[in-house]
Amino acid sequence: MIALKLAFRNLFGAGLRTWLNVSVLSFAFVVIVLYNGILDGWNKQAYNDTQEWAVGNGQLWHSAYDPYDPYCLQDAHATISDKLSTLIKAKQITPVLITQAAIFPQGRLQNILLKGIDPDQNIVKIPSAALKTSDSTITAVIGKRTAMSARLKKGDNILMRWRDKNGTFDAKEILIIDIFSANVPSIDNGQIWISLANLQKMTGMTNEATLFITSKQYSGADIENWKFKGLSFLMKDIDEVMKSKKGSSTIIYGLLLAIALLAIFDTQVLSVFKRQKEIGTYIALGMTRRSVINIFTIEGSAHSILAIILGSIYGIPLLAFLQTHGLPMPKNMDSYGLSIADKIIPVYSMGLIMSTILLVVISSTIVSYFPTRKISKMKPTDALKGKIQ
Amino acid sequence: MKKLVFVILSLLVLGFTNPTPVSILEKVDKNMSSINRIMEASMTINGKRATKTITSKTWSEGMKKSFTEYLSPATEKGTKMLKLDGQLWIYSPSTDRIIEISGNMLRQSVMGSDLSYEDMMDDRKMTDLYSEKLLKTDTINGTKTWLIQLTAKVTDIAYYTQKMWVDTAKCVPLKQELYGKSGQLLKKIEYKNVKYVQGRWFPYTFVYKDMLKDSKGTEFKITSILFDQTIPAATFTKASLKQ
Repeated sequence: MIALKLAFRNLFGAGLRTWLNVSVLSFAFVVIVLYNGILDGWNKQAYNDTQEWAVGNGQLWHSAYDPYDPYCLQDAHATISDKLSTLIKAKQITPVLITQAAIFPQGRLQNILLKGIDPDQNIVKIPSAALKTSDSTITAVIGKRTAMSARLKKGDNILMRWRDKNGTFDAKEILIIDIFSANVPSIDNGQIWISLANLQKMTGMTNEATLFITSKQYSGADIENWKFKGLSFLMKDIDEVMKSKKGSSTIIYGLLLAIALLAIFDTQVLSVFKRQKEIGTYIALGMTRRSVINIFTIEGSAHSILAIILGSIYGIPLLAFLQTHGLPMPKNMDSYGLSIADKIIPVYSMGLIMSTILLVVISSTIVSYFPTRKISKMKPTDALKGKIQ
Repeated sequence: MKKLVFVILSLLVLGFTNPTPVSILEKVDKNMSSINRIMEASMTINGKRATKTITSKTWSEGMKKSFTEYLSPATEKGTKMLKLDGQLWIYSPSTDRIIEISGNMLRQSVMGSDLSYEDMMDDRKMTDLYSEKLLKTDTINGTKTWLIQLTAKVTDIAYYTQKMWVDTAKCVPLKQELYGKSGQLLKKIEYKNVKYVQGRWFPYTFVYKDMLKDSKGTEFKITSILFDQTIPAATFTKASLKQ
């Protein structure tokens, strides 16, 4: 207790030097919480959006399906069995048929993935209900990215060419009935969604599908030739991006923290050097060297406590403001294929805050301790005289 | 009555002067199909911004076996391609490696041109693939032609219907229009520079035009062609790619 009192008294006594150290450390503390909060917020948003728009609660893939190989689509389809039909009726799964096609906006060829979805499904947020039509027109919904790259707008007609299951070409105009705005590029970039029945008819793949999107009610088991892919598998890309982002962010805030810790280290070295008489007095009064080291170490690590308090004073309103209003992202960020919203809402979990506090306190205690080890080698008589040792 | 006699006579005259569409197609097949062929050709791709010409030498046997060596431009020189049934291998001299490519690539455009690998290699007989109907006689660039409508009778075919203008004298196609199942015109092919070679008439220049795309088309010019030669079996092996 005496050590703590002495530490704070000495710190306040040091005046501006203490507050400079504390300010830099508090800045590092706030930046660490903010940066990790942004990444956690982005991660949460990407997870939620990908689930809601693309993967549901997992997918059942045809054994030949590989989303990274468009040429596999020629073989990656099979008949929907009775067992699967029962699950479709129970709204546990919804079928998606995928094939390659080409559109010709302004006379230039643009390869696309043509996807058929049940207009009555409600497992993912793709506006499939718009695909219900009574006449023979092929209606389609596309995402904002495809609309932008092909310069299409709602109500436009576009010529599309595709092949049936035997490889026979056909081409027809399709009507863009709706353009959706989703933060998930994997259901948008270079893709056109039409009704499943239309695509099955166009390709001659009657009652066939490439994959099924599952709802929360689905058990998550493989069925016949269809392999279940869970969220951990389907979200692997997002996880890896986050892992790499966290890695690079560690370098940034590591540097910031290192600057603050270096300042504390420097202060401690100076204190031990300049306050030798004080150290000698403590020992002469009966304190053990260990107790004196404790006083100096606590004094150094008390910087971190003051930094956390100072950081909270200006950091809490700042972080709360960003959590309420979100952090606007540059417009074309999602063109890199990452699921990212227009605004990121940071998420500050208790775990994040506590781990950051521990990081700051422990690291400043360690850097405060090292310079004080010199005290254990000091001769008390020389220290009392103020002799340089 | 006079009108009826005139119509009957006209039909009879047409019947005698025009051979049956099957016989026309058989003659076309005789000219255009072969057991194998060795061909040197240049392909000029007229893109929107630039034009590029690729020359190659091809040894082929029907639809299933084909070996191509690219001769120019410098960036493609030495690249070799082997196709056996549904499998496709490419050898690149810059990496000195043979890469197997998905057979589905055969449905893609050849080096950004207006024709696919299967367009280029489909050497099956028309009579085996299509049922035919003689529509009328027509004239193309002053040459008298029969206009035949072809409708697919097999399922594994790229174009469901075709219109073919066949030179009445030489029995080679001079123009072809390829349609999708719903009747959309997809491609046009013009055949020019018809020469007599090894007892058959054969067009030495093909101009392919993708009708859905805004392009000037692709010109395929044969510089030399030999039909029904003895091609060593070793030509159609992976070992020949690195030679």
